[in-house]
Amino acid sequence: MAEVTARITVAPVPARIRVARRAWQMRRLPLIPMFTLAMFVVTGIAAPWIAPHNPERGDIRARNVPPAWLDGGSTKYLLGTDHLGRDLLSRVIFGARISLVVVAVTLGVGMVIGVSAGLVSGWYGRWVDELVMRLVDIKLAIPTILLALVLVLSLGQSFLVIVAVLAIAVWPRFARNVRGEVLLLKTMDYVSLAKVAGASTPRILFVHIFPGVINTLIVLATLEVGIVILLESTLSFLGAGVPPPTPAWGSMVADGRDRLAVAWWISTMPGLAIMLVVLSMNLFGDWLRDKLDPRLRQLE
Amino acid sequence: MTNRIRIADQPVLEVKDLRTYFRTRWGTVKAVDGVSFDLRRGETLGIVGESGCGKSVTVLSLMRLVPSPPGRIVSGEIILDGQDLLHLTEEQMSKVRGSEIALIIQDPMTSLNPVFSIGNQVMEAVKIHQDIPKKSVFQVALDVLRKVNIPAAEIRMRDYPHQMSGGMRQRVVGAISISCQPSVLIADEPTTSLDVTIQAQYLKLLRELQRESNLGLIFITHDFGIVAKMCDRVAVMYAGRIVEQGSVRDIFNHPSHPYTEALLASVPKLNEDVERLYSIEGQPPALHDLPPGCPFAPRCPYVMQQCYEEYPPVVQLNEAHSAACWRLA
Amino acid sequence: MQRYLLRRLLLALVTLWAVSLIIFVMSRAAGDPRHVFLDDYSKQADWDRLTVTLGLDKPYYQQYGIFMISVLKGEFGRSIKEQRPSMEVIIERLPATLQLGLAAFAFSVVLGVPLGILSAVKRGSVLDTVGKIVALIGQSAPVFWLGIMMMFLFAVRLDWLPPYGRQEAVSIILPAVTLGWFFAAANMRLLRSAMLNVLDSEFIKLARAKGVSNRAVIWKHSLRNALIPAMTFAGVTLGGLVTGSVVVETVFAWPGLGQLAIQALFGNDYPLMQAVIIVFTMMYVASALLVDVLYAYMDPRIRYA
Repeated sequence: MAEVTARITVAPVPARIRVARRAWQMRRLPLIPMFTLAMFVVTGIAAPWIAPHNPERGDIRARNVPPAWLDGGSTKYLLGTDHLGRDLLSRVIFGARISLVVVAVTLGVGMVIGVSAGLVSGWYGRWVDELVMRLVDIKLAIPTILLALVLVLSLGQSFLVIVAVLAIAVWPRFARNVRGEVLLLKTMDYVSLAKVAGASTPRILFVHIFPGVINTLIVLATLEVGIVILLESTLSFLGAGVPPPTPAWGSMVADGRDRLAVAWWISTMPGLAIMLVVLSMNLFGDWLRDKLDPRLRQLE
Repeated sequence: MTNRIRIADQPVLEVKDLRTYFRTRWGTVKAVDGVSFDLRRGETLGIVGESGCGKSVTVLSLMRLVPSPPGRIVSGEIILDGQDLLHLTEEQMSKVRGSEIALIIQDPMTSLNPVFSIGNQVMEAVKIHQDIPKKSVFQVALDVLRKVNIPAAEIRMRDYPHQMSGGMRQRVVGAISISCQPSVLIADEPTTSLDVTIQAQYLKLLRELQRESNLGLIFITHDFGIVAKMCDRVAVMYAGRIVEQGSVRDIFNHPSHPYTEALLASVPKLNEDVERLYSIEGQPPALHDLPPGCPFAPRCPYVMQQCYEEYPPVVQLNEAHSAACWRLA
Repeated sequence: MQRYLLRRLLLALVTLWAVSLIIFVMSRAAGDPRHVFLDDYSKQADWDRLTVTLGLDKPYYQQYGIFMISVLKGEFGRSIKEQRPSMEVIIERLPATLQLGLAAFAFSVVLGVPLGILSAVKRGSVLDTVGKIVALIGQSAPVFWLGIMMMFLFAVRLDWLPPYGRQEAVSIILPAVTLGWFFAAANMRLLRSAMLNVLDSEFIKLARAKGVSNRAVIWKHSLRNALIPAMTFAGVTLGGLVTGSVVVETVFAWPGLGQLAIQALFGNDYPLMQAVIIVFTMMYVASALLVDVLYAYMDPRIRYA
């Protein structure tokens, strides 16, 4: 039988179609959440430069001015002013800064603690594992808000204490998650190979195991951001957050509570900001999880 | 195994030109693309092929269990006992399922509902299709469990699936399937997940069940050893179509389609001493992007120009044996 | 199953102990409660007398011992502010919180469960979209803000419901919905994903192959399985309702335990504060335990392990 080579030629794809196909693939990116998050980060970082007014000093003559699109509003105060004449937009912008910093530091610390605990717990097993996991269970069994309030009110209302409290609230989930991954990865052949080859434990943990953990870690971190923001704003709302006059979204909402009939925007704007950031983070986290680790698909 | 089961003359199941397509974001997947066969009572038809060739979708189509947003049976006829199943409403079809045509699926570990006792699950099958008093339902369930050789059936009725071994669970699934005396029983790779020793027992059980109820058995498998043991006729599937069909003897002794030849050649034989096991070169084609000609062409050792251009006609080699290949035309 | 439950019980007890330790330590670190009554101009004798009354003259471990004993006896000292036994104050306020918690729980189940199931069964429909939006809002909006917004809309603008307090029967609506929304959202998502998972499983395929009607497949075969992971979340729900009441009661001035906790905490009312927190933790832990029991009962794989 004569050999016949396949003569199926493939025509080059025209450029227009290539661009269109790419755009269609891009639509799978969660653009709005990403944009919102970018805005959040940029606003937080650049707050002192982009805020139109001083967030802490108000003009008493301009109390309770409505937002610009309502009667009585002006473009001078785009989102209106509060009961002390402070520009709401500037306060929201600076509130973003506080939230950003708190979240970043909290997650940083919480993740370091949680990941280390998880790595150690999963790797060494036995009583170390038991101990760490019991700590996790206990911590998760304690009502977080109450614990946070007690700690803040007894140790003082400072930035340090708040971050410490939030980090305590956050580390258990990381620890548990990482431990689970480590248990799985421990059994992988390449880990056994590394052990046999004589690699030291820290080396195995960081070079071989940790990279396998990163995916789920990133996804968990994005979801925890929302939790931290909500927790922090709840604490400020209750009066146990970053002390005044530093603008924090939660305390701003509290300020506006008794003035709803007169100036509803005082509560609405900062709360809206919180919701948008948390929402974006959750949506982004969901998308990231779908991309990185479909195994985690629990709350779809 | 000699076949002492009497095979009927007229077919109980006739499948004509069945086509089931799936709409996916990569295009239309033609999972089943013109499949035709029939089955008689007492007869065992084996359907073989690689993963992805469309065997399981054929089974789902016969039961009309194709997941409907992406998939659809676009054309064809499925005539069971004179009735075209594709013309039934969903309500009517659910009455047919389980009572006239039944299914045993592959994985015993996941095929039973973990929160209901097995007695409950068997009795449910009976209750749905038979209008008999409650006490009788229990008895019928008990009888059918005994029939599949579950020891101490009365006690095991109260057990939950996780308390049973894989082999026993698969027998329970078998019991459920025959509980209403179907005319056709489809077994989709029922022994693939079982231990080899249990496999033989299970196959024997299926044979007995078939003999007792004189039902038509469709056996999906990729294992030619099982085919040789169990089947009267065989249909070989590739890329959504049946490429060769015939009696077991015809297929084993006179394989006519190059794919069948290749499949048989890749079964390792214990008495042969070879340096390298034969395997078919290439990959099965992507089902959403099928070429106009024979889908096996890129891997076929006898390929000709015509094979790329047009799908080969079905050539009848003898009364029961047919294959779709240009070489035979 | 017994072993499983025993372990959960043990965990609950250890947790309670840990919490008591924490609040004991924290309350000692918080500040001097004597300042609530006396100032720098008071006489030394008064100071000393108060020290003895409050038991602050004894070494720490003794104070802790006394504390633990009284906790176990159910006595939590006298509230400094109200000059009454703490337990009395707590028992007075408890019904309001229980009422709110129950109403919120009911709301979260009644809204969340059916919405979750239907949104799984009718994927991509209008109902699914509505459900998703409800869920997103519920899980992203801070509870206190949600409450205030609802208060603004329904009480201030529309004047349909009272803005706060517990005077009228309908007063419970806004707080209950606010408190329950988050969990309704979570329940919805959970049930939706659990149902989708189950509907995809092999035993459902077999059930259909048996001839089980579509309705029975959903409501009998799938739901029973989907509820199992949902139940594990119910524990979190109940617990969350307990702690959520702290915020919601503050927003709506609902006279319950949550509001009491805040008042005690900010008012440095040691004994009352300790009492409230322990009671809260007990409720929190007890609800988790209750759900563990239910879960063990519902999943035959654990019941007959």
